[in-house]
Amino acid sequence: MDLILSALDILMRWDVALALLAGSVGGVLIGAIPGVGPAVAIAILLPATFSMDPIVGLTVLLGIYGSSMYGGAIPAILINTPGTAVNALTTYDGYPMTARGEPRRALSLAYSASFFGGVFSVLCLILFAPVLARIAPLFGAREIFLAALLGLILVVVAHRGQALIAGALACFGIFLNTIGMEPVKYTQRYTFGVDALGSGVNLIVVVLGLFAISQAFFLLIEEDEKIRLTKLRGGLFQGLRELARHPRVASVSAGFGVIMGMIPGVGEFTAQFMSYTYAQKTSKRPQDFGQGSSEGLIAAETANNAVPAAAMVPLLALGIPGEALTAMMLSVFYVHNVVPGPALFQNQMDFVVALYIALLILNVLVLIFLLAATRSLIQVVRIPNRFLGVAILTLSFVGVYSLRNSASDCVIAAGFGLFGFVLKRLQLPAVPIILGMVLGGIMEVKLRASMARVRTPFDFIDRPVAFILFSIIVIVLVTHILRIRRDMADLKEAEWQTKTSSTRFAALLLRRRTSFLKEHGRRVRARHARLLRRLTDLF
Amino acid sequence: MTSERERRFVGPHRGQLLFVLTFLTLSGVLLALIGQQTTWVKQTALFAQPRFWPAVAVGGMVGLSALHLWRLPFRRVGRNDLREVLRWAQALEYAVWFMAYVLLVPLIGYLPVTLVFVSALAWRMGYRSRRMMAICVIFALATVVLFKALLEVRIPGAFLYEFLPDAWRSFAILYL
Repeated sequence: MDLILSALDILMRWDVALALLAGSVGGVLIGAIPGVGPAVAIAILLPATFSMDPIVGLTVLLGIYGSSMYGGAIPAILINTPGTAVNALTTYDGYPMTARGEPRRALSLAYSASFFGGVFSVLCLILFAPVLARIAPLFGAREIFLAALLGLILVVVAHRGQALIAGALACFGIFLNTIGMEPVKYTQRYTFGVDALGSGVNLIVVVLGLFAISQAFFLLIEEDEKIRLTKLRGGLFQGLRELARHPRVASVSAGFGVIMGMIPGVGEFTAQFMSYTYAQKTSKRPQDFGQGSSEGLIAAETANNAVPAAAMVPLLALGIPGEALTAMMLSVFYVHNVVPGPALFQNQMDFVVALYIALLILNVLVLIFLLAATRSLIQVVRIPNRFLGVAILTLSFVGVYSLRNSASDCVIAAGFGLFGFVLKRLQLPAVPIILGMVLGGIMEVKLRASMARVRTPFDFIDRPVAFILFSIIVIVLVTHILRIRRDMADLKEAEWQTKTSSTRFAALLLRRRTSFLKEHGRRVRARHARLLRRLTDLF
Repeated sequence: MTSERERRFVGPHRGQLLFVLTFLTLSGVLLALIGQQTTWVKQTALFAQPRFWPAVAVGGMVGLSALHLWRLPFRRVGRNDLREVLRWAQALEYAVWFMAYVLLVPLIGYLPVTLVFVSALAWRMGYRSRRMMAICVIFALATVVLFKALLEVRIPGAFLYEFLPDAWRSFAILYL
């Protein structure tokens, strides 16, 4: 009780109240505009929060993070375009509801489910905080190294079908973090004699480039979309009643959100996928999923809104961000010399609880705002894409230039903007780069510190938490390898099935013989022999 | 005809091969330069070497992108790939707009350059109605007031502001 009272004492300030209001309303607006998203908004606002108190700055950013998903449901339901990436699953059941003339029901259900997910996760974590405070000190240098490594591996393997290139991009992030003066032996690394690179590549410059400027380029190059909005009539309170009819789906989905949010590198998508699958498998009407099922909508929205509060756990307790948004928030802590980690949980528990209570209040504010203002709010969906691009580019300047008033930072940000634009066009992930940059730095420091006390390799995992983390890493890697083997076997089978020629061995030999005897085969073999000769002559 | 491997590929096909080839080449160059660009300190453990993490990172970039290239179902650069590169190059124009904005702010001032930049870029994008121009002006004004006057982000006063009358100069440097 004392803890909650001292946490409330931290929040009883006019600037925190203003931050809560600005964060919640701003977050909903940003979420409701397809093409902006919380990552862009947080990246732009990050330098502006550096001059604020940590609690005020973090409340604004948390507000945007937590409330953008509420707003993201609006275009997902009304125009079949998710406002934020995590609202993609909302379109599956939300838009069919709109199509059959129930947009009000869908929106009301999405708000109620989101509210339940948000409040459930915050309450879980407030109750769970004393346990976390006891577990956090068990994490020494080697445990934090292993947890960071686990987070990085999970981010990479989560990109199914793109794990290799996601891994390469994560390594690129680690490489970016190594550029500049190395702080222990004071040697230069990959500075190429350029003074501007001596102090390293700033994380915020990279974040702004990869998320904000690249998004501006993307919007400026695309065509404007024609949008037809459905009119909303009637109240929005019926969703709360409908949610009360599905307590099992809502609580299990929120539970998945909390657990997945706490694991670094996993996040909303896995939580949503698991909740949706669970809801579909246990539903009495599984055939309705994807056709406007209320249970599907509840599962998707509850799970994604339960994640933000839980995602703060690895950040606050271990100093390890699990995804790009919490990685950006880490820089707010560093700027104010508040080092998140076990010590924060032990010494400043009231600060941690204050953040959770702020999230709780935020959920209430957002729900009230949405119930009152949805009809006016849906008009933001009409903002033309390319004008949004102009706006994002203008605001990105504030983000980059206000950091150090450096034109070279802006050049680097523009470069990363172009790189991010290419990644977006190819649908390759940018998040592993940011996590590689943040976790790479943590891993370097912690590995160096822990190896000083390790004599044999087994000493590294001789503590219980280290051993558990190491075992999880091994399990994740083995599971991933097995999944790849299964995918490859599937592919092979599909290739054999679609083959038009016979797959019998005798037929294969017959085709080989024909290739040897025909003039074309002879020419091909001669060309190959010639190329091989040229190659061997080189050596 | 599209093969099964191509059909199962995650993401668009165009441009993938060129991207991976470029990424791999640049990673290879970085790996080749590791001896020049990092230092090996004598009598220091492997994990504390300044070269250790760059080696892990660049090694990972080369190894994983090479594996990705090997698993890629496309082996030839086609017309679609070249068209995609042209699309990438289109973004350069906006990078130039952005850099012009960055370079002009310290000379002319945040407010005047933002007003011109937003309106000019919106004009270039095809928004030429009076209503859109008015929205651009309001947006530019709101941005400057919010960030420079209210949130007090660090954007220095412009060179041109030095020529303003005394009463205006300090106001312009602080708030415009």
